[in-house]
Amino acid sequence: MHRYRFLLLRPLQLIPVLFGISAISFVLVRAIPGDPARVLLGTRSTPEALARIHAEYGLDQPLPMQYLLFLKHLFDGELGRSIIYKTDTLTLLLERLEPTAMFILGSVLLSVLLALPLATWAARSRGGVADHVIRLLTTAGLGLPPFWLGIMLIILLSITWRLFPVSGYGDSLGEKLYHLFIPCLTAALSLSAVLTRSLRSALIREMRADYFVAALARGQSERYIFWRHVMPNAIVPIINLLAVNVSWLIGGSVVIESVFGIPGLGQLLIKAIFSRDYMVVQGVVLFFALSTVLVNLLADILTVFIDPRIKL
Amino acid sequence: MTALTSTQISMGQRVTAPLRRLSRDLSQRTTLKIGLAIVLGWVLVALLAPWISPYDPVYQDLTTRLAPMSWAHPMGTDNFGRDILSRVIYSARVDLQICLLGVIFPFIIGTVLGTFSGYIGGWCDAIVMRLIDIVLAFPFLVLMLAIITILGPGLSSFFIAMALVGWVSYARLVRARVLVLKQSDFVLAARSLGYSHSRIICKHLLPNVLTDAVVFSMSDVVLVLLNGAAISYLGLGVQPPVAEWGVMVTEGQGFITTAWWLTAFPGLAIVLLAVGFSFIADGLSENRGGTQ
Repeated sequence: MHRYRFLLLRPLQLIPVLFGISAISFVLVRAIPGDPARVLLGTRSTPEALARIHAEYGLDQPLPMQYLLFLKHLFDGELGRSIIYKTDTLTLLLERLEPTAMFILGSVLLSVLLALPLATWAARSRGGVADHVIRLLTTAGLGLPPFWLGIMLIILLSITWRLFPVSGYGDSLGEKLYHLFIPCLTAALSLSAVLTRSLRSALIREMRADYFVAALARGQSERYIFWRHVMPNAIVPIINLLAVNVSWLIGGSVVIESVFGIPGLGQLLIKAIFSRDYMVVQGVVLFFALSTVLVNLLADILTVFIDPRIKL
Repeated sequence: MTALTSTQISMGQRVTAPLRRLSRDLSQRTTLKIGLAIVLGWVLVALLAPWISPYDPVYQDLTTRLAPMSWAHPMGTDNFGRDILSRVIYSARVDLQICLLGVIFPFIIGTVLGTFSGYIGGWCDAIVMRLIDIVLAFPFLVLMLAIITILGPGLSSFFIAMALVGWVSYARLVRARVLVLKQSDFVLAARSLGYSHSRIICKHLLPNVLTDAVVFSMSDVVLVLLNGAAISYLGLGVQPPVAEWGVMVTEGQGFITTAWWLTAFPGLAIVLLAVGFSFIADGLSENRGGTQ
């Protein structure tokens, strides 16, 4: 049972971080010059509406009180109203969640499918031609701007070869996956560069370990040792790397959803920034930060269950 | 015996043939050399822009709109008849500025905070570490966009946002190094000689820590360049009609079905500069005995 004490402790460590996230989100709207009520209501605001917002957010009270009120609203799930969409921000977020979640899951899956064989090949032919070529490609992959790569893939796969739709998002599950393929590939090509590089060095590190030579000396085949011992050991740190990169993927979703016109949270954020829909900006930013924290927490828990040697 | 040796050769580990080692050493140095050559090449292009670019980057020639590649326009022209090559050349000035200023502010803030936090420890360290945790909880680009929302679109907002978000990685790196160095013999000796804290920090710790930070900044600059271009692409960074690679990609996106050269060349320019920096970062970390 001692091993699982972290299940209680780890979330407790997150409390200061959660307060920090809420404080930054709170400051976000207050830092905009001018009367926050006018900022929230837009230009066409009646005196009655302004008074209502003043009362609702406690704008005539001192800042710490306003923050406490903000926290209370948060716990009630009230993220304010969108001035553009005329709906509750939380409802809006939940409506737009699906495309972004599918995009991130698809990108993670594709990048792992790309990185596993590449890293294996590079590690097993270390110092050889394949290794050098893969290293060169992954170095170049790190420098690919996702928005540009996306457009190049559209030109090649959608316009020249007519294999995939140029942009948008379908209705049925099959259509959605079909529309999401190039966006996911775009993100996966960049992400797999990072994954391949670190999985390759993890594999090489494991192949240098004493147990590897010992197993060879016992007459076990290289292939068997690689898949039975080397790979499981090397793959554990990759889980954490993936979790860290979910944060990069969320940022990437903002850009890539704009390129492909996917109606997800990222596009919602950009449109909200341009239309000064501050409650939506605040809501999306808050939501993205909470998701990042949650994914990293889950990854930490997962690694402890997979690898009993790790203690948190 | 032969079986084991052949296995070892196939795994390429303990038995490293002299020829292979030579090629690897050479390839490591070439990585660094190629990287330096690419980046210096771009710096030259940016400095010499007025002399080497064939046209004025904002000159509109409406008779040659969307012209494909030719001797007169090696990269074609855009929808206003502006020469793409000239715009790509002039963009180098803006994008190199993004790289430089986008790295230098986080570098300074992060190094200073990391050094103090690691050296002083206690509550100072606790505050800096909690701040780092909070900033890291936000996806990098999302937090930058949030700050730009407050400050309004533009390049100066980008630099402020970059400074507010980017210092975190430098602070973490430097703090970790300082924590180790603080306990090392030469610092303890300096303390016992009665040197002041400021002298130890400036003369003994910083020189050691700066090398790590500089090596890291070479891989960080790739991120800065890609983020700067992405934010300009989204319309929140560099504003048209200023030529910048990200802006050029946005402007060309409406013409991808007919004129691919509007988006392809500015993007290739970003990739080339980014790869240059990546090569430098790779070469530096290898020469310092980092991961192979």
